Parts: sequence; structure tokens; C-alpha cells
Amino acid sequence: MTDSASGKKRGLGRDLRRLGLFVGKRLLALFVTVLAGVYLTILIANMGGQVDELRLVQIKTAAAEMVRADPAFHDLPSAEREALMASQVQLEVERLRLDEPFIWRSFDYLYRAMVLDLGRAEEMHSDTGSRRVYNIIVERLPATILLFGTANLLVFFVSVYAALKLSRRYGSALDRTVIGLAPTSAAPAWFYGIFLILLLAFIVPLFPTGGMVEVPPPENPWAYAASVLKHLALPVTAMFVAQIFISIYSWRTFFLIHASEDYVEMARAKGLPDRLIEQRYILRPAMSPIITSFLLMLIGLWGGAIILEQVFNWPGLGTLLFQAIGHRDTPVIIGSVVIFAYLLAATVFLLDFIYAALDPRVRIEGGGR
Amino acid sequence: MSPWREGFKRLRRYPSALAGLLIIVALLAMALYAVLAIPYADAQRLWRGGEIWYDLPVNAAPQWLDRLTGGQAPPTLKVTSRDAAVQSRLFDQVRIQEQTLRVDFYYQQFPSEINLFLAADFTRRQPFVRMLWRTPDGVEIPLGARRIGASERISISQDQALARRLGAPPQIGLFAEPAPPEGLAGGEPGVRQGSYQLVLETVHFEPDTTIEAELVVYGRVHGLAGTDHQRRDLLVALLWGTPVALAFGLLAAVGTTVTTLIIAAVGVWYRGWVDAVIQRLTEVNIILPLLPILVMVGTLYSTSIWLMLGVVVALGIFSAGIKMYRAMLLPIREAPYIEAAQAYGAGSGRIVLRYMVPRILPVLIPTFVTLIPTYVFLEASLAVLGLGDPILPTWGKVLHDAQAQSALYHGFYYWVIGPALLLMLTGLGFAMLGFALDRVFNPRLRNL
Repeated sequence: MTDSASGKKRGLGRDLRRLGLFVGKRLLALFVTVLAGVYLTILIANMGGQVDELRLVQIKTAAAEMVRADPAFHDLPSAEREALMASQVQLEVERLRLDEPFIWRSFDYLYRAMVLDLGRAEEMHSDTGSRRVYNIIVERLPATILLFGTANLLVFFVSVYAALKLSRRYGSALDRTVIGLAPTSAAPAWFYGIFLILLLAFIVPLFPTGGMVEVPPPENPWAYAASVLKHLALPVTAMFVAQIFISIYSWRTFFLIHASEDYVEMARAKGLPDRLIEQRYILRPAMSPIITSFLLMLIGLWGGAIILEQVFNWPGLGTLLFQAIGHRDTPVIIGSVVIFAYLLAATVFLLDFIYAALDPRVRIEGGGR
Repeated sequence: MSPWREGFKRLRRYPSALAGLLIIVALLAMALYAVLAIPYADAQRLWRGGEIWYDLPVNAAPQWLDRLTGGQAPPTLKVTSRDAAVQSRLFDQVRIQEQTLRVDFYYQQFPSEINLFLAADFTRRQPFVRMLWRTPDGVEIPLGARRIGASERISISQDQALARRLGAPPQIGLFAEPAPPEGLAGGEPGVRQGSYQLVLETVHFEPDTTIEAELVVYGRVHGLAGTDHQRRDLLVALLWGTPVALAFGLLAAVGTTVTTLIIAAVGVWYRGWVDAVIQRLTEVNIILPLLPILVMVGTLYSTSIWLMLGVVVALGIFSAGIKMYRAMLLPIREAPYIEAAQAYGAGSGRIVLRYMVPRILPVLIPTFVTLIPTYVFLEASLAVLGLGDPILPTWGKVLHDAQAQSALYHGFYYWVIGPALLLMLTGLGFAMLGFALDRVFNPRLRNL
């Protein structure tokens, strides 16, 4: 008895060690992945250092402009004015540390990005006037989460539910209709958005054409919520229409493949009720892919869709990123990408454990047997 | 070859596949026509706009759309000196020439604009012209007089003095029915249909100078596709958008799927660190967001469509598809025929390209066909964001212009619907074919 107890303990210790090793390896791999992804983004966002040269030219013209425009300097001899300009430029260069080689600064960028010290924006600022990248991003986050969260959750749950029902009624008219409609998802949401705006905002003006809330925003919180809801209707519909059929189609196929497994046939032969078969024999083994796609969808909604937000003039992260790129505001671009990368890595990490919890087959494989 | 032929035989049973094929063939024909009818250089020149389009109206709807809704909107009418009646009278020092340009106007809407283009050839003294408008019932409205340079454009519809005299913008006032005596009771005046005349009385100071006149009465409808805010015929963009979209979609889809497949096969074949590197690169690549990077490249470097294509393919090489192909290739690697190939001395390259890749190519075809519209829409998306190729007419650019000019707000629906319909057709065509192919070629779906 003591033997088996100590054996159990040793077994637990070994399991924990193995788990620790697995977690450590996984974390390291993910960390390196994020590091590489973020560094690549830094290189691209700075055009490999070329943005600095643009910035230098900008600084020079700005300094020259300032000296020329200020009447206090008009009487100065030109040599002194030149010196003044040069010192202005020098100050600005030192402030932005443009005198150091880009490659050094890129590692500095990388370090600060990885510790989530996102720094200050160069051109943009939040609506409250803050220059901190963190504040700018956090301010836009709710808008994106509201829009893409609503739409994606709706698509996800409706499609999984509808697919489960359809896979039981395989070959029916309804099933064939959904399959027939699946190709409509070739067009992205913004495309349907344009048509929805055309139909429901211009020809039949039921909904606003864009924005998130009326201008000026209503004082009453209920009126505010109603206004947001009204503005939300068209973009959510656009996303729903664009994704629902392909989503149902792919889940349906997925469930059909699962439903043709032998153990399902067996359960059916035993005469188990449909509900039980659905829940225990089809849904349960299909759970890990469902969770995967659910989590990846949650990540995806963070990234938002630049164009859908542009078309509906939605003040979310997509619009922010687009503006940041237009302003060549590198810190904002990098900040967005860093957070995106971290979220993705965290999801992948989480998924490994969820798989193991849901699917014993994965656990055995992970154990290295 | 027989599994392919069998696959196509099975494909024939799907009506959606046939419809998709039909759409694709139609689009290909349109692309071919566009490339043959308007050479690449011409398309660029036409799309740059400017003087080439001087005789087209601004923001005109397609003609068929107006006729379909029972409208009687005027197209653009052009009258030149060549079809004018000319009378000449010789005097002592001068020669007076009178040309009458006749406009037959039988439409129910007013024209959108009126311009008169005059070209004179003279050596020293500029000729002098007096313009007179004659309505069908003989009322004469003087339009002023002026000296003519070598080439002159007289915007009659923007003549403020004339507008004040007529009490309406000239393009309305000149074609309106006489106002009822009780003053303005019914709002908009009606169009008086009939034959109008523009009389140009020219005083020439030299013995053999000539004057060429061209009166353009701009309509409200034009051709098959209408025009945009720069008077450009949208048909050019709609036609040329086809080869651009198809080429971009096809090249991007082929480029990404084939490279991805080959790299996955290489990883599976060599295993070890090669596979590990490929897997890690894929994971890094998945973290990079494609669209923001494309926007960055477009904003910071260049918006050339070929550069965009290159970036799309480069980022698509290590896409998530690698994981899927790897899973499919792993069992193939252990197949006996690979061992046999190795035994008779096939090299690694040969095994990857001739033994492994072709085995899963059929599975790839549906994915590849369904990928095409994704890239077509990606190109359009970039253009809608204002990152379209600046010199090429594409559907996305038309949508972008429409969006920028608030086409929907102004009611120029045709401007949005034309390119959108073509995009939709392309998307549907390839997706329908791809989905049907998937059911034919995908072994897991075949038994369902």
C-alpha cells in the first residue's frame, strides 16, 4: 500500500515535471515567435529606417519655417539664423534619437514593445488629448469590441446551432439552400455594407449611414444606447450576411464527417435519442475545433476589419490603424500589432491546455508515449 | 489522368458548377475583349482623364438605366461646323460668315451643361463672333459676342449674365418653355421640344480665315456605364477592371497555394530542423496581420499593383495552409511507392515534386479556386481604402472614387452598382465552381 502511494506520488511528480517542461518549452517558442513577428513589423513600419529620413526632412523644414515665420528673428544676420535653425534641428533629432543608427533603435523599440511600454504617439492623440499610445488604443477598443463582438458571436452561435440541426436533416431542401448560398460569402462584409447603406440608408432611410452615435451624442443614457444600437444595425447585418452561410456550410460539413463515424452509427443503432447523440456523440468530440475557432474568432475581432470600419465610419481600431499608417505614426502601428501578437500567442497557449482537457487523445500524444 | 477526367464528369452533375464556369468564361471573354479593344497604354492614358473626355457629361447615368425606367433623358448632342449651313458675304475690308448649328432636342429633361468650342485660324487679326440662340418658335436670344483666339472654349451654361437674363441656369433657360404669364406658378419649367439653332455670325478680317465650331449639349445619360466626376467613361474602368482582377486573383492564388504546398512538402520530406524552421516561420507569419501590412506597404512604399501582388504572395507562402498540407502529406511520406522511388534512386527534389506534391494537388484545386475571389476582393479592398494602383483602372478604384464623391448621397447609384455587380459576379463564379469542385475532389466529402 505504501508502495503504491509512493508510486502515485512519484507519478504525480513526474507528471508535474513533464507539464512544467511542456509549458516552459511552449512559452519559450511562443515568446520567440512574438519577438520575431514584432521585430518584422518594426522593420516594415519604419521602412527599414527610411521613415527616419523622411522625418529628418520634416524636422528641417519645420525648423526653417518656424525661424522664418517668427518676426523676432527677422533682423538677425543670416549666419545666425542658420545656426538657430541648426540648433533647433539638433534638439529635435536628439529628442527623437534620430542621430543613433536605426538598427540600435530598432532593438530598443523591440524591447519597449515587448514590455508593453508603448510610448507616445508622434502625430495622433486620443479624443481626450492624450498622446500616449496606450490611451489612444484603449479609447478605440470598446467600439471595435462592440461591433465585431456582437457580429462574430452572433455568427458563431447561430451557425453552430444551425449546422447541427442541418446535419441531421442532410439533403433536405433547407440544407441544399444553405449550400447553394455559401458562395455568397466570397464577398467580404464591407461589400454587403455598401449595398445595405444604399438600400437602408439612402433609398429607404431607416438607418444612419455611418458613425457610432448621433452627433451630438444624446445626454440620456437610454437614448445614447438606442442611438448606438441603431448605428450598429447595418454593420452587424453586413458582417452577418457575409459570413453566416459559409460558416453554417463548413460547420455542417464538419458535423457530417463526425456523424458518419462508427461510434455514432453504433449509438444510433442502440436507439439512443437524437438529442443525446447530438450532445454526447457529435458535439463532444467536435468540441476542440469548435473552441479553437471560437478563440481565434475572439482574436480576430480585436484586429477588426479596417475596411468595414472605414465604410461605416466606425471609430474603432481598424480606423485607428489606417489613420496611424496614413500619418506614418510608427508607435501607434507597432503598439496595435504588439497587442495583437500577444493576444494571439496567449490564445495559442491557452488552446494547448484546452485541447488536453477536452481531448484525451491529445494528452496521450503530449505525454510522449 | 483518369481520376481527373472522372472528376470532371462528376462535376457536370452540379448545376452550380456549370453556372460558375459560365460566369468565369464570360468574364474571361470580357477580359480578352478589354485587352484587345483598349491596349494597356491606352487604358492608362484614358484613365488619367483630362482633355480626352471633354465631350462627355459629368456624372451621367447609363443610358439603358434611364430607358428602362421609362425616362427620356437626353444623351450628349454634338454639332460641328461640318454639318452646319454656311453663308458668306464679302465686304470691303471684311468677310461676314454665318453658320447655323442645328440641335434637334426631343427629350423630357434639360441638358446638364452647354459648351461651345471654337477653333480659328488667322495670322494677325482675331476674328470676331456674335452668337445667337434661336428657339423652335423663333424667339431669338443673344448669347454675346467676342474675339476668338486660336482655340476657345465658351461655357455657355456658366455665363452668369445670361443666367440672370434668363432667370434660370442657361442650360435650362435656353431649352425651357416660355414662362406662364402669371409668373412662376408651377415651379420647374417644362422642356420645349423641337429644333434649336445656334447662329454664329463671324466677322473675318483676313481673306481666307476659317472658323470651326463645335457645340456640345451635354446630356444626362451616357453609354453603357455612365461617366464619373471627371467625365471619364466608366465603361473603360469596368472593362479593364476584369483582366486586372482576374490576373491579380489568379496569380495571387497560384503563387500562394503552389509555394505553400511545395514548402510543406519539403518540410515533411526532410523533417528535423528544416521542418521545425518552416513551422516556426509559419507561426511568426500568422502573427503578422496581412491587411495592415499591405496598407503600410501601400502608404509607405508604392501602390503599384504588382508590388502588392508580390507582398501578398510573400506573406502567403508561410500561411496557415502549411499546417493543413503537412497533415495531409505526413501519411503520404510513409507510402510504399515513395520507398520504392527511393530504392531506385530518385533524388529528394524529385520525390518532393513528382511523388508528393501531385498526390494532394486534386485536394488543392477547390481551395485554389475558392481563393481567387478572396484575392480579387483583397485588391478591391485596398483600392477602396485609396491604395489602388494609381495608373490602372480597376473596379475597386471606381468604388473608391464613388465613395470619395459621396455617390450614394447624390443618388448616382449606377456608379456603385456597376463595379459592385462585376465584383459580385466574379466572387460568385469562382466560389460556385470551387464549392462544387470541393464536393467532387475532397475525399472526405465524397462519401457524404
